Amino acid sequence: MKLKQLSVFLENKPGALSTPVKLLAEAGINILTLSMAEAQQYGILRLIVREWETAKKLLAKNDLLVKTTDVLAIEVSDRPGGLAEVLAALEKAGVNVEYMYAFTLRRESRALLVFRFDDPDKAVGVLQKNKINIVGSVELFKRHEG
Amino acid sequence: MSKHTLPKAAPFNPVSAPDFLPAPQLRELQLTRLRKIVAHAYERVALFRERMNERSLKPGDIQSLDDIVKLPFCVKTDLRDTYPFGLFATPMSEIVRLHASTGTTGKPIVVAYTQNDVDVWTNVMHRSLAACGLHRGDILQNAYGYGLFTGGLGAHYGGEALGATVIPISGGNTQRQLMVLKDFNVTAICCTPSYFLHIIDQAAEAGVNMKELPLRVGVFGAEPWTESMRQRIQQDSGIKAYDIYGLSEIIGPGVAMECQCQAGPHIFEDYFYPEVIDAATGKPCADGVEGELVLTTLGKEAMPMIRYRTRDITTLTSEPCGCGRTLRRIQRISRRSDDMIIIRGVNVYPSQIETALLKVEGALPHYQIVLTREKGLDEIEVQVEVTGEVFSDTVGGLEQLQARLAKSIETATGLRPRVRLIQPHSIQRSEGKAKRVIDQRKM
Repeated sequence: MKLKQLSVFLENKPGALSTPVKLLAEAGINILTLSMAEAQQYGILRLIVREWETAKKLLAKNDLLVKTTDVLAIEVSDRPGGLAEVLAALEKAGVNVEYMYAFTLRRESRALLVFRFDDPDKAVGVLQKNKINIVGSVELFKRHEG
Repeated sequence: MSKHTLPKAAPFNPVSAPDFLPAPQLRELQLTRLRKIVAHAYERVALFRERMNERSLKPGDIQSLDDIVKLPFCVKTDLRDTYPFGLFATPMSEIVRLHASTGTTGKPIVVAYTQNDVDVWTNVMHRSLAACGLHRGDILQNAYGYGLFTGGLGAHYGGEALGATVIPISGGNTQRQLMVLKDFNVTAICCTPSYFLHIIDQAAEAGVNMKELPLRVGVFGAEPWTESMRQRIQQDSGIKAYDIYGLSEIIGPGVAMECQCQAGPHIFEDYFYPEVIDAATGKPCADGVEGELVLTTLGKEAMPMIRYRTRDITTLTSEPCGCGRTLRRIQRISRRSDDMIIIRGVNVYPSQIETALLKVEGALPHYQIVLTREKGLDEIEVQVEVTGEVFSDTVGGLEQLQARLAKSIETATGLRPRVRLIQPHSIQRSEGKAKRVIDQRKM
């Protein structure tokens, strides 16, 4: 159910972002989605790629600090209140969202979002109980190719 | 061969006998040698003679070891002012070796050895290596620099005298160091502690498990380091890390060395007479009280040093050591009075900052201290490489880390620094002495 996300520490200086992006491009690794969290002096680049182990090794070998984090890809109805329903269920169960961002992928009228929870395992339980669809890696990559 | 099988006990090494001399005999030997060296320096070196004459002192006035305090100090600038050969006490025809400091500021300092001086040096280095459990059959990778720097040749001669197999690899080329460590079944290494940390990092990156190598002993010196660095080295590489102390002005490495108790280096007092003084007043410090180490060479012919102020801050203790050596011990030198940075009138040592960083992270990160002056005000920035252990995936987590590091440094020094988190490997790794402070202030 859980996806591996790569988090890369980047100093805030010109060209910092292009280093990891170029490395992945040269290795033929496609970025399914990404987000950037930034502070004044540094940022955290978060990436979802299919070949996360290869990507992690490649980035680390090039002196980048990379960490894997468990995240969930969740389908949300693309209509007013769609996200609010999902969040309400999690809130009720006391699961906190640390951050979230979106995939460009969508199917039918459903958007796909990446969530980082403080307790991913508990979140899986809550979501399943509320019949909210979690997209696992196999399904995700299939969709991406289709 | 695994390091987890206990190393064979070091065979009795007769060369170490002076280490165990009963104190009264040692003091008697020291006094005899002190009187001889003062007379030698007075007769042969103009600077010592003039300074003693200014105080109406004659060599004969030294009647006891306590009388040493009557003698004038000698400092590093004396060596610079008399560059290159002004402090030599023997004609060049008797001098078989010259070494020199790298001289980052102005002229280097030059030091000289007669054959007898080289033999004394070999003797103390031999005893140093024996003290930390090395013996014939050990394979010693000598990664101290060979050349004008005393480290390389000092350890080399001592290692050969011990009967160890010495690999004169010198400093640098870390990939080759790693290859030799692995392929030659090396059991001991000599280098600066910061360089060994670099080797550990490189090994990890190359997928080499240092703990599986036969390497069991590291002889580290030539720069200030801390107990926390020792712990990190021992944990990460599975070896025992020993502190060796020395300086070119006195002889090179081998002035003092730790025994297997790892309780601070024993000074080879039969050749080097130690004092610890209050750096400001020049008055002697009591046993165990911190001050500047002052050394007098008791057996050096080519270039005797009388009461040389080392600028190294330490304590001297005569507490008995578990190894039975009667030689007094100093504490590991973690700072030098030269290293002291004055920021906005506050005295700060890099070692204080190092300890503060370690407290927060639990392991010592690579760091650098950058001093700048903005609008006439000194600013201190501590740049810390983020490690996998502390890297949090959220900005909040990293901000917390930054704040905790700043707070810890503030508690230790009284100054609130800017803490900048930087990417791994952005700080240049040294292959010799680590450069911790970058002073960009325009004075």
